[in-house]
Amino acid sequence: MEAYLDNSATTQLCEEAIAEMTDMLKNNFGNPSSLHKVGTKAHLSLQSAREAVAKKLGCEAKEVYFTSGGTQSNNIAVLGAVNALSRRGKKIVTTAIEHPSVEECMKALEKRGFEVVRLMPENDGKISVEALKNAIDKNTILVSVMAVNNEIGSIQPVNMIKPIIQKAGSPALVHTDCVQAFGKIPVSPSKLGADIISISSHKIHGPKGAGALYVRKGIRLLPEVYGGGQENAVRSGTEPMPAIIGFSAAVNALPDIKAEFEQVKHIRDYFLDKIKKEEAITVNSPEDALPYIINISVEGLRSEPMLNLLSDMGIYVSSGSACAKGHKSKVLESLGFEDDRIDSALRISLSRFTTKQEMDYLFEGIKKCQAQIRKK
Amino acid sequence: MKEIILIKNGELALKGLNRSSFEDKLVKNIRRRLKSIGDFDYKKSQSTIMIEPKNEDTDLDEVVEAISKIFGIACFSRAAAIKKDMQEIMPATVEYLKDELSLASTFKVNAKRSDKTFELKSPQICEELGGYILDHFPNLSVDVHNPEIIVTVEIRDNYAYIRGGQIKGAGGMPVGTGGRAAVLISGGIDSPVASYMMAKRGIELTAIHFASPPYTSERAELKVVQLLQQVSKYSGRMSMLVVPFTQIQEQIKDNCPEELFTLIMRRAMMRTANIIAQKQNCAALITGESVGQVASQTISALACTDAVAQMPVFRPLIGMDKDEIVAISRKIETFDISIQPYEDCCTVFTPKHPKLKPSIEELEKAEELIPLDSLIEKAIEEVKIIPIFANKE
Repeated sequence: MEAYLDNSATTQLCEEAIAEMTDMLKNNFGNPSSLHKVGTKAHLSLQSAREAVAKKLGCEAKEVYFTSGGTQSNNIAVLGAVNALSRRGKKIVTTAIEHPSVEECMKALEKRGFEVVRLMPENDGKISVEALKNAIDKNTILVSVMAVNNEIGSIQPVNMIKPIIQKAGSPALVHTDCVQAFGKIPVSPSKLGADIISISSHKIHGPKGAGALYVRKGIRLLPEVYGGGQENAVRSGTEPMPAIIGFSAAVNALPDIKAEFEQVKHIRDYFLDKIKKEEAITVNSPEDALPYIINISVEGLRSEPMLNLLSDMGIYVSSGSACAKGHKSKVLESLGFEDDRIDSALRISLSRFTTKQEMDYLFEGIKKCQAQIRKK
Repeated sequence: MKEIILIKNGELALKGLNRSSFEDKLVKNIRRRLKSIGDFDYKKSQSTIMIEPKNEDTDLDEVVEAISKIFGIACFSRAAAIKKDMQEIMPATVEYLKDELSLASTFKVNAKRSDKTFELKSPQICEELGGYILDHFPNLSVDVHNPEIIVTVEIRDNYAYIRGGQIKGAGGMPVGTGGRAAVLISGGIDSPVASYMMAKRGIELTAIHFASPPYTSERAELKVVQLLQQVSKYSGRMSMLVVPFTQIQEQIKDNCPEELFTLIMRRAMMRTANIIAQKQNCAALITGESVGQVASQTISALACTDAVAQMPVFRPLIGMDKDEIVAISRKIETFDISIQPYEDCCTVFTPKHPKLKPSIEELEKAEELIPLDSLIEKAIEEVKIIPIFANKE
C-alpha cells in the first residue's frame, strides 16, 4: 500500500488536467499572441482558461493574470504593489510566518529602505486583529497576510484587514497568499476583502508551472518583469499554454467546496481521534486549522528518520515544509514550542482523494517508527 | 586548420628511469577521460605528449576543460599543425593567434627546430615570422625579455606547430602511480577535498561511505554519489562502497556510555574500512579530519581512532583551517553539493558532552559491551558497490 500525504507540497494531476493538457500538447501549439489561425486557437483557449479561474474566484476575467506559479504571483504582488505605491508611504505590514516567496521580497524591500512589520502569531497560530490594528497606519502601503499557513494550517483573519485599513485612513493594498487556501476554503476578493490574491495550480491537482494573480481592476502594479507585455504587462513572457490549460481543467474539476471540506474534516478528525490516545504524539496544528493540514510531533523521534522510514513503507509526509529543507520551522518556533518538539514535527497534508485506509496505514507506520527508531 | 593539444610534463620529467612508466600511465588516464569526447591519436616525444583529434569537428574546448583536471600535467597548450613551409606558417600564425595578438602590446617569437632539414634555422624563423607579425599588428612591438605573448613555433617531423599562451594544468602526479587508498566519505565539505588532495599525489581512490537508514536518507547517499562524480573528474573513475551502518550505531546507542558514542562509532568505522580496504587492495586510508575541528578530532581522539587502523591513515587536511578547506572545495566545485542539508551518519547520535580526552582502555572496555566483530562482519557482507565515473567518461 502507498499513502501520499504530502499534498501541501504538491498534488497528483487529476485526470481532467491530463486529458486537456495532452490535447493541447498534440493539437494546439500556437502562440496566443500570433494573429493567424494557429495563434487564435491558442488565444481562445487562454481566454476560456482565464474565465474558468475568474469564475472560481468570483471576479472578472480581466482581473486574472496567469503566472508561473505561487512564487511568481507573490513576487509580482508584493514588489509590484510596493513599486506602485512607494510615494505614498514607506511601511509594509506582514507576518512572521509567510512563505519564503513573500518573506524574501520583504527582505529585499527592507534593503531598499522600507519599514517591514512582521506580526507574530498568537499561540493559536493566528495573527490577532488587535496586532493588525496597532500595526496599520497612514504610512502603510501594503498589508500581505497569507490565508492559510502552509506548515500548520492555521487560517488567518484576512477579511478583517480591509476594514482596519479603511478606519486608519491608510492607502494600503491588501495582498493575500492563497496558495494553500484556494480550492479548500472560499477564496474570493469580496469575502477576503483582498485587492491582490496569489494562487497556484499544482496544489489543486493541476500541473506545476502555472499560477494566477487576481488584481482588482483599477489597481496598477509595477512588477519587475520586462518583456513582450503579455498578461497586460504584469507578467511578460509567452504563456505556458499546456500548464495554463491543465490549471483551468483542475479548477473546473474542483468539487463543491463545502462538501469536500466536510469530507476531509471527517477524515482528519478520524485520525486525530486515533492519535488522541497516544501520549507520545502531540498535535501542533491548532484545533480550528484547515483540516487538510495536520502537523504533529512524535516525542523523542526526529523528523528525518521518521520521514525516511515512513517513505520506505510507502507513506509520504514532510518535515516542516518541503520548500525549506533542513531549516528549523519558523512557524513552530513562533508558536513557542521547544526545540525538541520542533525537531520532531511532521506535516501530514490531505487531499480530496485521501482515504481513511491511508490514515490507518499512516498510523501503523508511526507506531512502527516508534518501535524501531532510537530516541535521540 | 588542424588543431592539437601539446602537453608538457612537469614533475614527471624529473623521475629518471621511472619516467616512461609514469608517462604511459598519464597517457592511459588521458585516453580514458577523453574517450567520450572523440577519437584521438596520441604521440610521445621528448617529454611532450601530443594529442591529435582524428576528426576535425571535435570540440577542443571540451578537451581543454577535461585535461585541465587531469593530474600529472604541469601545463599544456593548444597548437595549430601547419605544413612545414614558411609561406604557409606565417599567414597561419597570424590567423590562428589573431585574438591574442590584437589584444597584446608586446610579443616575441620562439622557434625550435627538431627537424634539422628545415630550410631556415631557428633565429631566421624568428626574424621572418616576427617581421610578418609586426606588419599585421601595428599595436605590437617586440620585447624579448618580458613579452606579453610568446609565439612558439616548433618544426617537428611532420608538421610545424604554432602556439600562443600556455594553459595551467592540474599539477600533481598521474593517478595510479601512487598506489591505491580508501577514503572515508560522509557527504560533508572535508572528505571530498581530502580525496582530491590525495588523488593529486597520484593515488587511485576507493570510496567507503557509511549509510544509516532510516536515520540517513536515500538523498544523502545520492549526494555522496554526486560528490564523488565531481571528484572523479580529477581522480578518475572509482568504486563507492556503501556500508549499512544502522545496526552498529543502534547497538552503540543502546549499550555504550553516551559520552563515548562518537569515538566508538569512529573506531567501528575505521575497523570496517580497514577490512574493506585490505580486500580492495588499498594500502592506506584517507580521512578529511583536521585537528580540533570537532570533539572527535582532538589529538587524543585521533590517537584512539588510529589505534584500530592497521595501515597508514592519511589526513591531508590535518593542519588546515575551515576556510582554507572551503576554498579548495569551491575550486573543485564540491562545496555546493556538500552543503545540501541531509543528515549524515556522523551526526545521527551525537552525545551532549562528548569526552575530549578519552583513553584507549576505556573505549576498549565499552566496546566489549557489544558484539562488534560480528556486527562489522555482517555489515561488510551487505556492502553495496556503486561505480563512479566523471559524468562523461
